[in-house]
Amino acid sequence: MSIKNAAAIVGVGDVELEKGKVKDGQSVLQIQAIAAKRALEDAGLSKDDVDGIFVAGLWGLPGVGSFPSVILSEYLGIQPKYTDSTQIGGSAFEAHVGHAAAAIKSGLCEVALVLYGSTQRSEKSRTLAGRPPVLTAQYETPFGLPSPAGSYAMAAARHMHQYGTKPEHLAEIAVATRKWAQLNPYATMRDPLSIDDVLNSPMISDPLHLLDCCLVTDGAGALVIVSPERARDCRKKPVWILGQGESHSHWSIQAMPDLTVTSAAQSGKTAFEMAGVTHDEIDVVQIYDSFTITVLLTLESLGFCKPGEGGDFISNQRTAPGGDFPMNTNGGGLSYAHPGMYGIFLLIEAVRQLRGECGERQVKDAKLSLVNGTGGTLSSTSVVILGRD
Amino acid sequence: MTDQNKPMPIPDGDSNVFWQGCKENKLLIQKCSDCSKHIFYPRILCPNCFSEKIEWVESTGKGKVYSYTIARRGGGPAFKDDVPYAVALIQLDEGVRMFSNIINADVEEVKCDMAVEVVFVDSGEFTLPKFQPAGILK
Repeated sequence: MSIKNAAAIVGVGDVELEKGKVKDGQSVLQIQAIAAKRALEDAGLSKDDVDGIFVAGLWGLPGVGSFPSVILSEYLGIQPKYTDSTQIGGSAFEAHVGHAAAAIKSGLCEVALVLYGSTQRSEKSRTLAGRPPVLTAQYETPFGLPSPAGSYAMAAARHMHQYGTKPEHLAEIAVATRKWAQLNPYATMRDPLSIDDVLNSPMISDPLHLLDCCLVTDGAGALVIVSPERARDCRKKPVWILGQGESHSHWSIQAMPDLTVTSAAQSGKTAFEMAGVTHDEIDVVQIYDSFTITVLLTLESLGFCKPGEGGDFISNQRTAPGGDFPMNTNGGGLSYAHPGMYGIFLLIEAVRQLRGECGERQVKDAKLSLVNGTGGTLSSTSVVILGRD
Repeated sequence: MTDQNKPMPIPDGDSNVFWQGCKENKLLIQKCSDCSKHIFYPRILCPNCFSEKIEWVESTGKGKVYSYTIARRGGGPAFKDDVPYAVALIQLDEGVRMFSNIINADVEEVKCDMAVEVVFVDSGEFTLPKFQPAGILK
């Protein structure tokens, strides 16, 4: 079954941050409620229209967060006909988009609300501590791998060994992404950044420097996805879901078959075939940038370039404003915000680009956008291809 | 690297034999009797062919560094005083990969594909399999 054109994103919402934190000590439930209300207002719909709820999160654990779609529905006063809390890490929301479109196509719901929030920065809850040494983590945690940076660092080290990729290549990505952030008034990090700045930043886990790593911020985001019939009555023009694919290849990096190839090779193929478009037709890409290496591996795995050619592909600031491969146009997880599971913000930015709402950072005539979420330690991927009429 | 107060494995039905083997300075991994593939980490079904006919075999303990990182900030408070240290993915000659540390070597000397061999390190109740450059004196 294809979900091409089965549903459209008609509303997006998020919350402003100050130095990476939500305002006034707001709770993780408050910020998700605000993001949901803004997304519904954006769509011209009301809370009572929502009959499908899609939530993933890492908040409220142990406790109410164990069943995140249930507690958020309670908080918002929604009793859904369809509910999904698929949790595959930062790519969960790209999966939710596909699941929502499939549910809508099957007539199981008409108006889906996708939600995420985190107050990890305010709570100082993010740590590099290992996973508790139980079940499969008992073969990892005793050896002190910094998580998740250490896993991504191993992928970077292997790519450098196999293909001669240099730290300078990775730095290109951080610098280009910062240039986009400088055009986004809501981005957390907007100071100028040079390749030397990245290379001279403290080493975290070789070969990854501090500025190869995403930010640690709060944040909340929401999407409203509806059937084609409902889309006609919405306030803004629909952004159509043309293709979607998802996969995961491992949980621990120990079990990743090839540290230089992510499962985007599969999820991307599924999404491209469903959408019936080619790489050359994509106008703007949003690629999960938990670390600079995540982007490089993903571009190769998606087939934008050949294995090992990622370094050359992104060189000379090709992905920066004015380059011929606009990528991560809000400033990305590296410079805009990264509240733990970043995937929903890739989708929000893609929608805003396709609607032409991005002001200074707008990619001219953007009609087609590819979004790739990555979760865990290069574990899960989901790809969504979006387009406007 | 001192191993006092480090997070130690919590063995279970999959791993009891593995950790007991380490205590006896044997690196025990699994092998599927049906498809002949080696298996790590240990489990009840072969992830290649789903067979339940799985036997324990002793690894040669020799392999290569598939990839590695040098931790400049510890993987949790218990590792804070050990930095910098090398965490590696070891590809054993039997074909399976496992996490470990590279010891008895300068962290800057660790490279992908370097030959390594297992060395068992006692730390209280547990013995952990670590690796050192192949051929050096213990």
